[in-house]
Amino acid sequence: MSKEDFSEVKPPWKMSVNNRDAFGQTLLELGRENTNIVALNADLSGSTKTSVFAKEFPKRFFNVGIAEQNMMGMAAGLATTGKIAVPSTFAVFATGRVYDFIRQSIAYPKLNVKIVATHAGVTVGGDGASHQITEDISLMRSLPNMRVVVPADAIETDRSFRTVVKEPGPFYFRIGRSATPVILPNEYEFRLGQAYELRDGKDITLIACGVMVPQALWAAEMLKKHGIDARVLNMSTIKPIDKEAIARAAKETKAIISCEEHSIIGGLGSAIAEQLVQIKAVPMRFVGTRDCFGQSGEAEDLMCAMNLTAKDIALEAEELLKK
Amino acid sequence: MPIPERRLRELEDLANLARKRIVKMICKAKSGHPGGSLSAIDVITVLYFHAMTHDPKRPDWEDRDRFVLSKGHAAPALYATLAEAGYFPVEQLDTLRQVGSNLQGHPDMKRLPGIEISTGSLGQGITVAVGMALGLRLDKKNNRVYCMVGDGECQEGSVWEAGMAAHHFALDNLTVFLDRNELQIDGPTEQIMALEPLADKWKAFGWNVIEIQGHDINQIVKAIDDAKETHGKPTMIIAHTVKGKGVSFMEGSVKFHGNAPTQDELCKAMEDLDKFRGCQI
Repeated sequence: MSKEDFSEVKPPWKMSVNNRDAFGQTLLELGRENTNIVALNADLSGSTKTSVFAKEFPKRFFNVGIAEQNMMGMAAGLATTGKIAVPSTFAVFATGRVYDFIRQSIAYPKLNVKIVATHAGVTVGGDGASHQITEDISLMRSLPNMRVVVPADAIETDRSFRTVVKEPGPFYFRIGRSATPVILPNEYEFRLGQAYELRDGKDITLIACGVMVPQALWAAEMLKKHGIDARVLNMSTIKPIDKEAIARAAKETKAIISCEEHSIIGGLGSAIAEQLVQIKAVPMRFVGTRDCFGQSGEAEDLMCAMNLTAKDIALEAEELLKK
Repeated sequence: MPIPERRLRELEDLANLARKRIVKMICKAKSGHPGGSLSAIDVITVLYFHAMTHDPKRPDWEDRDRFVLSKGHAAPALYATLAEAGYFPVEQLDTLRQVGSNLQGHPDMKRLPGIEISTGSLGQGITVAVGMALGLRLDKKNNRVYCMVGDGECQEGSVWEAGMAAHHFALDNLTVFLDRNELQIDGPTEQIMALEPLADKWKAFGWNVIEIQGHDINQIVKAIDDAKETHGKPTMIIAHTVKGKGVSFMEGSVKFHGNAPTQDELCKAMEDLDKFRGCQI
């Protein structure tokens, strides 16, 4: 078996939309409904698409310059005065750069701050490893009081961000840089802490988040041609993780594969494995980055180079079930 | 205008009472930071018993002034003050640093009424204070935000990020005290990582800078009044203080930055504080 065996299957989506644009639009709409929403940025408002909010609500938008620590502290301060604070910047700066500010001034006091991290993972592309964080979910997931949401497409970016803003307390909301296939129906409703079954199957469960959700769906199509019936779950809430969906997958299918544009250390796969070993465990494999930094390149080429494609998922599934 | 003599004595007595409680609670807890608590207590006393608008019965009252203790390790000074003001029973001071206590080693806003933001990791409280001041201004409120940073804390780069932002956003509702006791854990600030010229630095950052003797109640009161009259920019009050002020063997002592006094030392400290009458140097 090799990746080439899955080459003839076409991707199961029609169009791609940028999640950042969806976020920018949703933030704007929420800003019109709720005057308590304030947005903060660190000299990347164009990239994070908070510029549309800034244009309509200049008084409720604070560009702090290139000073992410101060941005997070200010967001905490604004939240103490009753605001819903939405700081946003690239994921690498929104987590690692300011981890202690999030820990001490946002998570510990459980303040109403919604951290929106864009440009997560290797699909940042050309900027290279310095800008491609693949350990942010791990960092944020292990923080007490912090909840982590990774929407799959533009539809879910909109629906889930509305929930994140409505639900009190701190959140980490992770989206990528590139346009992402639209795979959820327009009537989709996001439920915090609940996986969404995109496709049922009895042989294996592919549990994915973010940009890997369409890849998992595509992998299921590939596996179908090879006689394997794969279930696909969109696990957009990484924390709190949907324990029931994992338990069902372990009961009703023979194996699980986690799929994430993130390190296999500490991310979605780890969150699933933590649950799996406590119940009737089934064999599991991880698709994600393997304890390495990224590099420059086109997003799609990097996904291939780092084994983050539908074919990689399909190949893992084949091998796992053959065992 | 200087405050009346009687009021001055009252504030001195309150600061002295707080000093005793600070040393006592740290001794009982067997750990804590007496030095920086004693250097800060006169400013904190004036804030809570003279300058700030607040109501201990309504810690969440929207129109209260806020105080952020950015140098969170001076928590005992804040706890002694909040307890005396009536935010919680004075007896709770005895629980400092014990399992299950609301009086954590560093202030925890989720546990204790009157704490505006949890602090402890240096360089963060002042950034939060900037956000508070912005939030209050956004709501067109007149209440003010006070903050206290340590001098050693100014070695954290984020302090200067906050300094830049507070000036940029013209936050004249923000007044920060800089507790200039000249010592940090490893020794004198100027030997560890020189901060001077501190006043010039804050002036260069666009702040209204006032330098005072930080144990002189009258000077503290006047500086706060001056800050209220300053428009279009934040005020930095550099309070020249003595670490461990009021307890002879703690004054200027690096050892008592983060070490508790023994029972014998506590007795000696109480004797000192019985004689200590506040601010005049």
